[in-house]
Parts: sequence; C-alpha cells; structure tokens
Amino acid sequence: MSIYSEQDAKAILDKVIKLSKADECTATLGGSVDGNIRYALNAVSTSGIVSDAELGVQVAFGKRVGTATINEFDDASLEKVVRRAEELARLAPENPEFVPAIGKQAYAKTKTYFEKTAAITPEFRASVAAASIGPSKEAKCVAAGFLSDGARFSAIANSNGNFAYQTSTNLDFTCTVRTEDGTGSGWVARNLADVEQFNAADEIKVAVQKATASRDAKALEPGKYTVIMEPAASAGLISFMMFGFDARQADEGRSFLSKKGGGNKVGEKLYDERVTLYADPADPVAGVLPWDNEGLPRERTPIITKGKVEYMQYSRYWAKLKEKKAVGQPGNLIMVGGDKSTMDLVKSTKKGILVTRTWYIRMVDPQTVLLTGLTRDGTFYIENGEIKYPIKNFRFNESPVIMLNNIEEIGKPVRVGDDESPFVMMIPPLKIRDFTFTSLSDAV
Amino acid sequence: MERRDFLKMSGIGLGVLLAPACGRAIAAEELLTRLDAGLKKRLADTAMTAAKEGGASYCDVRIGSYLRQFLMTREDKVENVVNTESTGVGIRAIANGTWGFAATSDLSIEGVARAARQAVQIAKANSKLTIEPVQLAPVKGVGEVSWATPIVRNAMEVPIKEKIERLLEANAAAIKAGASFVSSNLFQINEQKYFASTDGSWIDQDIHRIWAPLQVSAVDKSTGKFRRREGMGAPMGMGYEYLDGRKEDKLALPGGVIGYINSYDMLEDAVAAAKQAQEKLKAPSVKPGKYDLVLDPSHLLLTIHESVGHPLELDRVLGYEANYAGTSFATLDKWKSKDYRYASDKVTIVADRTQKHSLGAVGYDDEGVKAQRWDLIKDGILVNYQVIRDQARILGLDHSQGCCYADSWSSVQFQRMANVSLQPGTRELSPADMVKGVDNGIYIVGRGSYSIDQQRYNAQFGGQLFYEIKNGKITQMIEDVAYQMRTPEFWNACSAICDERDYRIGGTFFDGKGQPGQVSAVSHGASTARFDGINVINTARSLG
Repeated sequence: MSIYSEQDAKAILDKVIKLSKADECTATLGGSVDGNIRYALNAVSTSGIVSDAELGVQVAFGKRVGTATINEFDDASLEKVVRRAEELARLAPENPEFVPAIGKQAYAKTKTYFEKTAAITPEFRASVAAASIGPSKEAKCVAAGFLSDGARFSAIANSNGNFAYQTSTNLDFTCTVRTEDGTGSGWVARNLADVEQFNAADEIKVAVQKATASRDAKALEPGKYTVIMEPAASAGLISFMMFGFDARQADEGRSFLSKKGGGNKVGEKLYDERVTLYADPADPVAGVLPWDNEGLPRERTPIITKGKVEYMQYSRYWAKLKEKKAVGQPGNLIMVGGDKSTMDLVKSTKKGILVTRTWYIRMVDPQTVLLTGLTRDGTFYIENGEIKYPIKNFRFNESPVIMLNNIEEIGKPVRVGDDESPFVMMIPPLKIRDFTFTSLSDAV
Repeated sequence: MERRDFLKMSGIGLGVLLAPACGRAIAAEELLTRLDAGLKKRLADTAMTAAKEGGASYCDVRIGSYLRQFLMTREDKVENVVNTESTGVGIRAIANGTWGFAATSDLSIEGVARAARQAVQIAKANSKLTIEPVQLAPVKGVGEVSWATPIVRNAMEVPIKEKIERLLEANAAAIKAGASFVSSNLFQINEQKYFASTDGSWIDQDIHRIWAPLQVSAVDKSTGKFRRREGMGAPMGMGYEYLDGRKEDKLALPGGVIGYINSYDMLEDAVAAAKQAQEKLKAPSVKPGKYDLVLDPSHLLLTIHESVGHPLELDRVLGYEANYAGTSFATLDKWKSKDYRYASDKVTIVADRTQKHSLGAVGYDDEGVKAQRWDLIKDGILVNYQVIRDQARILGLDHSQGCCYADSWSSVQFQRMANVSLQPGTRELSPADMVKGVDNGIYIVGRGSYSIDQQRYNAQFGGQLFYEIKNGKITQMIEDVAYQMRTPEFWNACSAICDERDYRIGGTFFDGKGQPGQVSAVSHGASTARFDGINVINTARSLG
C-alpha cells in the first residue's frame, strides 16, 4: 500500500531534512493507488491497478541546486537520495534565478478526499463497464470508454520547518457511444472527487441518446454561428488561454496579455463584464491541495472579475524581480455562472448550434490566442428553442478572448476535467454569438 | 495525436517541487550503467517458468532501463539539468485465451516470479469477459541476439559542461543576431530493453535518441507584436554526432533557407532563426484563397503523421481507440476494394522500422518481431495497414509487421506507428526547380500548429516560414498562413515530389495514444512535394 499516514510521512521527511548537509533542503513525498478499466467494441480490453510512491529531495549549496528522487524509504535509501541530490548540486552550474526555500507556512485544510472513492474495487469498475456496454448494445450501439480513479497522499517539508500533508481522491469517466453503422456518435464525461455523485447508468443514457440522435447529420455552411457550448466543450479553450497569464511571458512581450510598450495588461477590461473567473482551493466541488508546486499556500484568487484581468501568475523569481508578492499558483479554475442548464440555454435560442465536445485544440497564434479544433460526438442545430436535427462536425478557428467577449448567456457551472489541462475546472454551459467555424468535417 | 507533452516536459524546469516526469532523478554517470545480460536472462527465464507453471500458454517479459537526460537553457542561463532513470519488468501472459499484464520494479527472482503469477491471474480473471480468444500470428524464436542503434558517440557520455556550452553558444549567437529571447534544450534518451518470450527469443537492445529543440522570439515593443521561429533540428535515432553540423548534410533551399539531412548545425540555425523571427514581424499577411503549396519535409512530416500514419493504424480502424484518439476514415472495405485511391499515382508511402537514423528504428519490436519495411500506399492506392501479432489475422497476414511498443516497462505494449515516409520522386527535381513551375503558390517550411479530426479527414496545418511564390519565383516572406484540407483530396492533389537528393527525415518524441496515455517517438521522411489548389486561410485576428 502506498498511502502513508501523516505521522509516517512526517517521520520520513524529518529524517531526510536531518540527513542533509546542504544550505537548505526541500522534500516532497507522495503516493497513490490508481485503478482503471478500459473497454471498446462493447468488451473490456484492459484493466489494472498501479500502486506507487516517490520521495523527491532538492538541496542547494548557495545558488547550486540538485534534485534526486527515490521510491524506497529505508534509512539507507534516504541517506542515498540525500547524498545524490547533494552531489548533483555540487556539480550543477549556479542558477542566477535561484530563490531560497520558502519559510514555514500555514495551510488551511481543503476537502479533497472522499473515503468511498478511495475504496473503489475492481468489481465496481467492471460494473461501470457493464453499465455502459449493456444499454449501448440494446440500442444497437457500440461503447468505448475509460474509467480511472485514484487515491493519493501528498506531503512536503523543508529545512525552514515547513510541513504539510493531505490526501485526495479523483474519478474520471469518459465514454463514446457509436451507432453500429458508424453514422452517429455520442459522448459523456464526468470528473469528480466523490464517487457518490456518480451514476454510470444515468451518464450512459446521454451518450446513447446523442449517438442515435446524431445519425444522418446535415451539412451547414461554415461561418459565424450562435453556439451553446456544453461545459466540457469550452473548458479546453478556456484552459488553453491560461498559458497566457504568465507574468514573465507577458512582461517580456510574448503573451496576449503583453502591453504595447512594455508591461502587462493586469487591471484592463478584456472580456464581457459577465465573465468572472477565480481560483479557490476550498471550493466544495472542485477543491484542490492548499499548496502549489513551490509549497506556497493557495488562496482564493480572483483571475478575471467582471471582465477585468486581476491576476498574473508570478514565479517566485519574477515576483522578487518585479517587487510583487508571490502567491500560490491556482490549482483550479472556477467560472461564475447562473442556474440554467444546457437545455435551458437551448430553449432560449432562436437559431444556433449545440456543441457537445471539442477536440484536438491547438494554438494557431499566441498573439491573439487563436485556437483551432473540431466539434465531435454530438453537434446539433437548434431552432426556436428546440434541437431540430444533427449536423456535420465543424472545424473552428476562434480565440477564447473573443469568445468570452461574445457572451449571450451563462448557465450553471459543473465540474469538468480535461486531460490536457493542469486545472480542475468549474465551467458553465455558455451561449456565444458569432463563434467562427471555418470548414466542415466528414468525421463522425 | 501529438499531445501537449512537450509543454509538460518543459514544466520540469518550472516547479521547484515537481519531480521528474519520467522516473527517478539520478547522477549523470549513472546514465552509463547497464544491467548485466546474464542477470536479465535469469530473471526472464524465472518469469516465463512461473507463468507457464501458473497455466499460461504464452508469456513475454520486458526488462527495461529507460534513461533520460534533459538540459534546458534560456539566453545566458542554465534553467535545469535533469537525469532520470526508470528500471523494472513488465510481464504479459496469455491464459484461457486472454491477456494479463503485471509490472514491478522489484528485480529480485521472487519479485519477478510474483509478477508473472499475477499476470496469469489477471488473464484468468479477465477471461470471463472474453468474447474471442487471442490469436497470435506466429513468430519464430531467434535465440539470444542483440541490436543497437548505430551511433558514433553516446550523448550520455559527453560531459554536461560540453553540452551546456554548445547550447549557450547557440543562444548567444541568436541574441547577437537580434533575437529578443531564445531557449535551447537537449533531450537524450537511451532505452535499454531486454525482451524474452516463450517462443524462444532473448533479445537485448540498446536504443538511442536525441533532440535539440530551439525557440527564438522577436518582440517589437512599439507595436506589441511578437513572433517565434522554432529550430530546424529534427529528433533523430542518433548519438551526439547529430550535432556535428556537417557540410555535406546541409541543403541550400529556396528563400535562403538551409535544410539539414543527417546532422544539425544549431549555431547556424540559431542565427537564421533570429533573423527570420525579425523578418516575420514585418512580413505581410497572406491573402486567403487557393494556392499551390510547396511543402518542405520539415513541414510535411507532421502532415504525413496525422493524415497517413494514424488513419492506417489497424486498432483505430477497428474501433479500439474510439473513445479518445478516434477511429479512421480508411476503413477495411476501402482496403479490400484494392482500388481505393488515397493519393495521386505519384505517391508511395512506406512503413519502415528499419530506417537508419529514424526514431522508430529497432531490431525487434516489443513482442519480438523483427523490424520490417512494407508499403502502405502504393502508387496512390491503399494497400496495407500497421498491425501487431494479435491483429495480423484480420488482414489475412501470416505475420505481424512489428508495430508493438510500450513507453515503459510498466506500460502494456500495444500497436504504435512505424516510421511512415513518403518516397522520393523518381524524376530528377530539386526544390528550386519545383518552385520555378508554380504560378501562384506558397513555400512552407517547418512545423507549426496542427489539428485533425477523430477520423482523420479534416486537418489544419501551420508552419514556421512561409514564402509567396509568384510566376515561378519567391517574392517575399508572408505570415498568418494555415491550410485546411480533407485527407483524400489533399493527397490526390500531390502533383510532384522532389528526388532523393532532397530526402530528409523529421519526427516527434511525443506521439500520444491510448488510455492511460503512452507516448512514442516516430520519424517521417519525405522530399519536398507539391500540392495543387489547396485552401489557405488567414489566421490574423484582432483583440481590439
């Protein structure tokens, strides 16, 4: 078992700190048990459990830094990993951007661990696969899905007396359901910390319904349309935009948030005034660890408030250089919304397009955060508040900055995951005008 | 698809507490250590015996040491030096006609035997859900053999100081040539893989790869505009000699561009990148419309990867990747018809695991099948896919094509892309001659943004450098270019391919596939090729 108690984790970290002869020492200890099941063509293809733990030690002599990691924790191994880090530090060139280890911090505990998620069994995973495959077969469809779940602990300590420990759980479920003839495809995704909020049978109904309803899609002309983006559809665009919030990149003139003549656009209103985004490690649904990669405490941080940029992400080095306070970097991203569901937004739409999922999103121009990607697994035409018929998928070329200026309506945020994003997100369904589709795709 | 792993990988340098992504960090000299082949054979034999005693009809064992070194610099600073190593064993067994897999980092006799028994147990448990038993294409045991990437100088043996100096020298040259910012990295990978199977093979392989990515930025603070130019170096299956920048490996291309064949002059490219990044700031925006495109191999590699390599992976065609990477438009009925015109008759595309200097070159794949070369598209017609042992029968083949790969000892091996390459034209033709024949076109060099749908029909590609061609001449650099295409129409619009003198390979370290995701490194070769009447869009936008 690789989930250690707080007491055991502290005992290991204390030994490491004591063993170090360097000017300073920072250590992280983490462990996890991750399970998964994968199925395709209505049959289970792989299933497994991986249990792992790792200790990372970073030491510094002056501005020379060395890092070493190990996955054995007996006394000899602890000595070995500390000496190895020290040896690497002595060989390393000086890092002119070195910042000393943080001092002792106070961290507020956040809700990240759910016992029942940690107790998921192989039988439960098999039942999720069965709950996906059964209804799909009945509807003459083919299911391909993936469920992964995990429990982990994270602990940090340094030679300035800092220490923290917390456990967390996660569950991520995705399932693509295609009609047997390959003319329709639907998708559903759920990202949660608490398995009690998850019901595979309910989820799969959505994917089966979208698959069967998306047969015989009609082709619309590419162009600008009003779109209803389901939360998972816009999450990938919004998280991509966050790369531009790095203060150093912006100050160096290499971000959409760079200011002409130098500096960055913090304080400027760049979005529709209904756009408010913040990070909060204590969010009850999308809680994250109360410290960041450098051990700084995470706090509730406004990022965009009523359309105005309020936050830039400073590394500790850049913060020192620019005389800013270094704060913990966000681990989640929460967009404020209202109470309406996706279907409520559909009802209020005269003409528009419902987008279930976006795919293969890539940066075309970082100057404007122009992104390209495609719709997938359930794209429908809306008329007079009703879904009229399925339409062929589109390629889009759109900037999330422009998208978040063209807001018509914002629904109720839900927790979404994105395997290419570093954030846990709460994103609402969005109704957006003039969303730019540039070509048709024949892909189903 | 190519995932954003490079961003994640670069992240190693950012978070103080972030542990290396690819294993435990070790001292540089440990990158030169090797596990004794005799020990590996004893461990493999132990595992196979334990699996057979447990009831397995087949077992294979992979004992792997995956060594990596990443050097990262920007301007005059070293941002990070990371050495990682990951060693362990992955054991796959068939019992009751079903696969089981287990992996462990415990390389004791007992640890390996335990993992083998676990693999058999998992196979037996999973067999209750099996619809059809696994049927492996036969492989003749090869006994005890070894294979190594043909390298001249092991990059791991080059002192860190020497490598850092080379990167900093390139950075300094870029800054001197007017770059606002520059970063250069050096990634070196050594996979020491031992494979054994109950078919009677014990295969020891030593695989090396190297990549020196460069990124140069030019910023015009007065206008707030910035532009990047990525380096022209390719990731290669070579040693440190790739950085020799030999004169005979350089090609003078249209627009004053320098192409690199089997070695890379980073210093020279850094200077060119700095100048071109500044030129990009002032280049006029493209007028959208139809153009004849002249695509350099440094660009075409990703188009081949996305629109030919991926759709011809048989597991995608069958639906095994439907939930994530997607399926394929190149369905079996098209292949069975024997006359599906994927491309114009100028186009022959081969899969090749034997190609020298390529990222995918091996002696044997991760299920002991000897590396091969075969046609995927012959004179424009779809003729084959890429398969592994348990898929071969679906195509009526009596052998696997050797496309099985796992990115770690702890990952299950599955079907991955071979090197997939466009064959050079048979008629003598240089890129300069090709440009002469174009009235209204764009010459595109280097890889830019890329995106393709889940059945590989609709794609959009950018690039690094774009040159307008008018009446057979390059007139000026232009910007904001991306082309959109539908795969069969695009490949059928291929009207000319330069000859073998222009042939170069490029590739990627981070081709992502599977759930949980695995990465693999793969190369794509081509000579400059012409595609007629392709739709070009303008990507410039204003944020107001």
